[in-house]
Amino acid sequence: MAYSNKVIDHYENPRNVGAFEKDDPTVATGMVGAPACGDVMRLQLKINDDGIIEDAKFKTYGCGSAIASSSLVTEWVKGKTIDQATEIKNTDIAQELALPPVKIHCSILAEDAIKAAVADYKSRRQQ
Amino acid sequence: MTDYFALYNLPHAFQIDESLLKQRYQQLQKLTHPDRFASASEQEKRLYMQKNAQVNDAYYVLKTPVKRGEHLLALRQFPLPDEQATMGDTEFLMQQMELREALADADNQQQLEAFIKSVESLDEDLTQQIEQALSAQDHASNEAAASALTKLKFLNKLAAEADNKLQQVS
Repeated sequence: MAYSNKVIDHYENPRNVGAFEKDDPTVATGMVGAPACGDVMRLQLKINDDGIIEDAKFKTYGCGSAIASSSLVTEWVKGKTIDQATEIKNTDIAQELALPPVKIHCSILAEDAIKAAVADYKSRRQQ
Repeated sequence: MTDYFALYNLPHAFQIDESLLKQRYQQLQKLTHPDRFASASEQEKRLYMQKNAQVNDAYYVLKTPVKRGEHLLALRQFPLPDEQATMGDTEFLMQQMELREALADADNQQQLEAFIKSVESLDEDLTQQIEQALSAQDHASNEAAASALTKLKFLNKLAAEADNKLQQVS
Protein backbone atom coordinates (compact mmCIF):
# COMPACT_ATOMS: atom_id res chain seq x y z
CA MET A 1 0.00 0.00 0.00
CA ALA A 2 1.34 3.40 -0.93
CA TYR A 3 1.49 6.13 1.68
CA SER A 4 0.62 9.67 0.67
CA ASN A 5 3.42 12.25 0.56
CA LYS A 6 2.05 13.93 3.66
CA VAL A 7 2.12 10.68 5.62
CA ILE A 8 5.68 10.03 4.50
CA ASP A 9 6.68 13.56 5.45
CA HIS A 10 5.26 13.22 8.97
CA TYR A 11 6.67 9.73 9.30
CA GLU A 12 10.18 10.76 8.27
CA ASN A 13 10.13 14.10 10.07
CA PRO A 14 7.70 13.64 12.94
CA ARG A 15 6.83 16.91 14.67
CA ASN A 16 6.94 17.26 18.43
CA VAL A 17 8.04 13.77 19.39
CA GLY A 18 8.75 13.24 23.06
CA ALA A 19 7.35 13.87 26.48
CA PHE A 20 6.90 16.70 28.93
CA GLU A 21 7.87 16.54 32.57
CA LYS A 22 5.46 13.98 34.00
CA ASP A 23 4.69 15.91 37.18
CA ASP A 24 4.13 19.27 35.46
CA PRO A 25 0.62 20.30 36.59
CA THR A 26 -0.03 22.12 33.29
CA VAL A 27 0.48 18.91 31.30
CA ALA A 28 -2.44 16.67 30.38
CA THR A 29 -1.82 13.19 29.01
CA GLY A 30 -3.98 11.07 26.75
CA MET A 31 -3.14 7.39 26.34
CA VAL A 32 -4.96 5.36 23.73
CA GLY A 33 -4.45 2.04 21.99
CA ALA A 34 -5.82 0.20 18.99
CA PRO A 35 -6.36 -3.50 19.76
CA ALA A 36 -6.60 -4.50 16.09
CA CYS A 37 -3.02 -3.51 15.32
CA GLY A 38 -1.53 -3.12 18.80
CA ASP A 39 -0.71 0.54 18.27
CA VAL A 40 -0.07 2.64 21.36
CA MET A 41 -0.29 6.43 21.31
CA ARG A 42 0.52 9.02 23.93
CA LEU A 43 -0.48 12.65 23.40
CA GLN A 44 0.53 15.32 25.87
CA LEU A 45 -0.84 18.85 25.91
CA LYS A 46 0.68 21.77 27.79
CA ILE A 47 -2.27 23.95 28.72
CA ASN A 48 -1.99 27.47 30.16
CA ASP A 49 -4.29 29.13 32.71
CA ASP A 50 -6.57 30.42 29.97
CA GLY A 51 -7.21 26.90 28.73
CA ILE A 52 -5.10 27.40 25.62
CA ILE A 53 -2.83 24.64 24.38
CA GLU A 54 0.64 26.12 24.28
CA ASP A 55 2.55 23.06 23.26
CA ALA A 56 2.01 19.41 22.42
CA LYS A 57 4.13 16.29 22.26
CA PHE A 58 3.45 12.74 21.19
CA LYS A 59 4.92 9.30 21.17
CA THR A 60 3.39 6.61 19.02
CA TYR A 61 4.31 3.00 18.48
CA GLY A 62 2.50 1.91 15.37
CA CYS A 63 2.35 2.13 11.62
CA GLY A 64 3.24 5.15 9.50
CA SER A 65 -0.34 6.37 9.39
CA ALA A 66 -0.68 6.28 13.17
CA ILE A 67 2.57 8.19 13.60
CA ALA A 68 1.57 10.73 10.95
CA SER A 69 -1.90 11.19 12.46
CA SER A 70 -0.53 11.94 15.91
CA SER A 71 2.27 14.13 14.54
CA LEU A 72 -0.27 16.18 12.59
CA VAL A 73 -2.50 16.51 15.62
CA THR A 74 0.32 18.05 17.71
CA GLU A 75 0.65 20.75 15.06
CA TRP A 76 -3.07 21.36 14.82
CA VAL A 77 -3.84 21.67 18.54
CA LYS A 78 -1.20 24.30 19.28
CA GLY A 79 -2.81 27.68 19.96
CA LYS A 80 -6.27 26.18 20.24
CA THR A 81 -8.47 26.19 23.32
CA ILE A 82 -9.24 22.75 24.70
CA ASP A 83 -12.79 23.02 23.36
CA GLN A 84 -11.53 23.86 19.89
CA ALA A 85 -9.10 20.95 20.09
CA THR A 86 -11.88 18.48 20.83
CA GLU A 87 -13.63 19.67 17.68
CA ILE A 88 -10.87 18.15 15.54
CA LYS A 89 -12.48 15.22 13.77
CA ASN A 90 -10.83 12.08 12.56
CA THR A 91 -12.24 12.81 9.11
CA ASP A 92 -10.23 16.07 9.01
CA ILE A 93 -7.07 14.14 9.86
CA ALA A 94 -7.81 11.38 7.35
CA GLN A 95 -8.51 13.93 4.63
CA GLU A 96 -5.40 15.99 5.30
CA LEU A 97 -3.20 12.87 5.19
CA ALA A 98 -5.17 11.20 2.38
CA LEU A 99 -5.49 8.03 4.44
CA PRO A 100 -6.92 4.99 2.66
CA PRO A 101 -10.03 3.36 4.20
CA VAL A 102 -8.01 0.63 5.96
CA LYS A 103 -6.07 3.31 7.84
CA ILE A 104 -9.01 5.40 8.97
CA HIS A 105 -8.74 3.84 12.42
CA CYS A 106 -5.36 5.54 12.84
CA SER A 107 -7.04 8.93 12.53
CA ILE A 108 -9.74 7.81 14.98
CA LEU A 109 -7.00 6.88 17.42
CA ALA A 110 -5.50 10.38 17.13
CA GLU A 111 -8.90 12.01 17.66
CA ASP A 112 -9.48 9.80 20.70
CA ALA A 113 -6.03 10.76 22.04
CA ILE A 114 -7.06 14.44 22.04
CA LYS A 115 -10.28 13.56 23.86
CA ALA A 116 -8.39 11.41 26.39
CA ALA A 117 -5.90 14.23 27.07
CA VAL A 118 -8.70 16.78 27.52
CA ALA A 119 -10.53 14.38 29.85
CA ASP A 120 -7.32 14.02 31.85
CA TYR A 121 -7.01 17.84 32.00
CA LYS A 122 -10.58 18.22 33.24
CA SER A 123 -10.27 15.51 35.87
CA ARG A 124 -7.07 17.12 37.16
CA ARG A 125 -8.76 20.51 37.43
CA GLN A 126 -11.55 19.04 39.50
CA GLN A 127 -9.18 17.68 42.08
CA MET B 1 -22.36 -19.89 14.04
CA THR B 2 -20.45 -23.16 13.96
CA ASP B 3 -19.27 -24.37 17.33
CA TYR B 4 -15.61 -25.19 16.69
CA PHE B 5 -15.19 -26.84 20.07
CA ALA B 6 -18.03 -29.22 19.21
CA LEU B 7 -16.60 -29.81 15.73
CA TYR B 8 -13.35 -30.89 17.37
CA ASN B 9 -15.15 -32.69 20.17
CA LEU B 10 -13.32 -30.64 22.77
CA PRO B 11 -14.71 -29.16 26.00
CA HIS B 12 -15.92 -25.55 25.92
CA ALA B 13 -13.00 -24.17 27.85
CA PHE B 14 -10.18 -21.72 27.27
CA GLN B 15 -7.66 -24.27 28.47
CA ILE B 16 -6.95 -26.63 25.65
CA ASP B 17 -5.08 -29.90 25.25
CA GLU B 18 -2.83 -28.94 22.38
CA SER B 19 -1.73 -32.43 21.46
CA LEU B 20 -5.33 -33.60 21.39
CA LEU B 21 -6.27 -30.60 19.27
CA LYS B 22 -3.55 -31.46 16.80
CA GLN B 23 -4.55 -35.11 16.74
CA ARG B 24 -8.20 -34.22 16.04
CA TYR B 25 -7.09 -31.81 13.37
CA GLN B 26 -5.20 -34.52 11.56
CA GLN B 27 -8.17 -36.87 11.79
CA LEU B 28 -10.63 -34.28 10.53
CA GLN B 29 -8.22 -33.22 7.81
CA LYS B 30 -8.03 -36.77 6.54
CA LEU B 31 -11.78 -37.27 6.72
CA THR B 32 -12.52 -34.17 4.69
CA HIS B 33 -9.52 -33.98 2.39
CA PRO B 34 -10.62 -33.22 -1.18
CA ASP B 35 -8.36 -35.97 -2.58
CA ARG B 36 -10.61 -38.57 -0.99
CA PHE B 37 -13.52 -37.51 -3.13
CA ALA B 38 -12.02 -37.60 -6.58
CA SER B 39 -14.86 -39.78 -7.81
CA ALA B 40 -17.67 -37.97 -6.00
CA SER B 41 -20.17 -35.71 -7.75
CA GLU B 42 -19.35 -32.02 -8.17
CA GLN B 43 -21.91 -31.13 -5.54
CA GLU B 44 -20.43 -33.52 -3.01
CA LYS B 45 -16.94 -32.27 -3.77
CA ARG B 46 -18.02 -28.74 -3.09
CA LEU B 47 -19.56 -29.81 0.17
CA TYR B 48 -16.40 -31.54 1.33
CA MET B 49 -14.30 -28.62 0.23
CA GLN B 50 -16.39 -26.38 2.47
CA LYS B 51 -16.14 -28.82 5.32
CA ASN B 52 -12.38 -29.03 4.84
CA ALA B 53 -12.08 -25.24 4.90
CA GLN B 54 -14.12 -25.17 8.08
CA VAL B 55 -11.84 -27.74 9.71
CA ASN B 56 -8.87 -25.51 8.88
CA ASP B 57 -10.56 -22.34 10.12
CA ALA B 58 -11.52 -24.08 13.33
CA TYR B 59 -7.97 -25.30 13.88
CA TYR B 60 -6.60 -21.79 13.50
CA VAL B 61 -9.20 -20.37 15.90
CA LEU B 62 -8.75 -23.10 18.52
CA LYS B 63 -4.97 -22.99 18.56
CA THR B 64 -4.76 -19.17 18.74
CA PRO B 65 -5.49 -18.06 22.32
CA VAL B 66 -7.07 -14.68 21.46
CA LYS B 67 -9.26 -16.24 18.76
CA ARG B 68 -10.17 -19.19 20.98
CA GLY B 69 -11.25 -16.91 23.82
CA GLU B 70 -13.27 -14.71 21.49
CA HIS B 71 -14.93 -17.74 19.94
CA LEU B 72 -15.93 -18.98 23.37
CA LEU B 73 -17.44 -15.57 24.19
CA ALA B 74 -19.21 -15.44 20.83
CA LEU B 75 -20.74 -18.86 21.48
CA ARG B 76 -22.06 -17.44 24.75
CA GLN B 77 -23.59 -14.62 22.68
CA PHE B 78 -21.42 -12.15 24.52
CA PRO B 79 -21.02 -9.04 22.34
CA LEU B 80 -17.31 -8.70 21.59
CA PRO B 81 -15.85 -5.21 21.66
CA ASP B 82 -15.35 -3.66 18.24
CA GLU B 83 -11.79 -4.39 17.08
CA GLN B 84 -11.50 -0.88 15.73
CA ALA B 85 -12.64 0.71 18.96
CA THR B 86 -9.98 2.58 20.88
CA MET B 87 -8.96 1.16 24.23
CA GLY B 88 -8.29 3.66 26.99
CA ASP B 89 -7.00 1.71 29.97
CA THR B 90 -4.35 4.27 30.89
CA GLU B 91 -2.46 2.14 33.37
CA PHE B 92 -2.17 -0.76 30.96
CA LEU B 93 -1.23 1.49 28.05
CA MET B 94 1.46 3.25 30.11
CA GLN B 95 2.96 -0.15 30.81
CA GLN B 96 2.78 -1.00 27.11
CA MET B 97 4.50 2.26 26.26
CA GLU B 98 7.29 1.50 28.74
CA LEU B 99 7.69 -1.97 27.28
CA ARG B 100 7.87 -0.54 23.76
CA GLU B 101 10.55 1.88 24.91
CA ALA B 102 12.47 -0.94 26.57
CA LEU B 103 12.25 -2.95 23.35
CA ALA B 104 13.52 0.01 21.35
CA ASP B 105 16.51 0.24 23.71
CA ALA B 106 17.30 -3.48 23.64
CA ASP B 107 19.76 -4.02 20.84
CA ASN B 108 21.65 -7.19 21.54
CA GLN B 109 20.61 -10.80 21.69
CA GLN B 110 20.94 -11.10 25.45
CA GLN B 111 18.79 -8.04 26.17
CA LEU B 112 16.20 -9.10 23.64
CA GLU B 113 15.98 -12.62 25.05
CA ALA B 114 15.50 -11.21 28.55
CA PHE B 115 12.86 -8.86 27.20
CA ILE B 116 10.99 -11.69 25.49
CA LYS B 117 11.07 -13.64 28.75
CA SER B 118 9.46 -10.76 30.60
CA VAL B 119 6.76 -10.46 27.94
CA GLU B 120 6.14 -14.20 28.21
CA SER B 121 5.59 -13.93 31.92
CA LEU B 122 3.07 -11.11 31.37
CA ASP B 123 1.41 -13.32 28.78
CA GLU B 124 1.16 -16.14 31.32
CA ASP B 125 -0.45 -13.82 33.88
CA LEU B 126 -3.01 -12.64 31.36
CA THR B 127 -3.70 -16.17 30.16
CA GLN B 128 -4.37 -17.20 33.73
CA GLN B 129 -6.79 -14.29 34.17
CA ILE B 130 -8.59 -15.26 30.97
CA GLU B 131 -8.78 -18.92 32.00
CA GLN B 132 -10.23 -17.99 35.34
CA ALA B 133 -12.73 -15.49 33.90
CA LEU B 134 -13.90 -17.87 31.20
CA SER B 135 -14.38 -20.75 33.61
CA ALA B 136 -17.32 -18.76 35.00
CA GLN B 137 -20.36 -17.92 32.91
CA ASP B 138 -21.72 -14.71 34.41
CA HIS B 139 -21.72 -11.40 32.58
CA ALA B 140 -19.07 -9.75 34.75
CA SER B 141 -16.68 -12.67 34.17
CA ASN B 142 -17.30 -12.55 30.43
CA GLU B 143 -16.57 -8.84 30.51
CA ALA B 144 -13.37 -9.41 32.43
CA ALA B 145 -12.36 -12.06 29.89
CA ALA B 146 -13.06 -9.74 26.96
CA SER B 147 -10.97 -7.00 28.51
CA ALA B 148 -8.07 -9.37 29.21
CA LEU B 149 -8.28 -10.70 25.63
CA THR B 150 -7.94 -7.14 24.34
CA LYS B 151 -4.81 -6.73 26.44
CA LEU B 152 -3.46 -10.00 25.10
CA LYS B 153 -3.68 -8.56 21.57
CA PHE B 154 -1.29 -5.76 22.53
CA LEU B 155 1.03 -8.24 24.17
CA ASN B 156 1.00 -10.50 21.10
CA LYS B 157 1.94 -7.58 18.91
CA LEU B 158 4.76 -6.68 21.27
CA ALA B 159 6.02 -10.27 21.32
CA ALA B 160 5.95 -10.42 17.50
CA GLU B 161 8.01 -7.23 17.25
CA ALA B 162 10.47 -8.49 19.83
CA ASP B 163 10.85 -11.78 17.91
CA ASN B 164 11.42 -9.85 14.69
CA LYS B 165 14.09 -7.74 16.28
CA LEU B 166 15.77 -10.79 17.77
CA GLN B 167 15.90 -12.42 14.34
CA GLN B 168 17.54 -9.33 12.93
CA VAL B 169 20.35 -9.26 15.50
CA SER B 170 21.02 -12.98 15.82
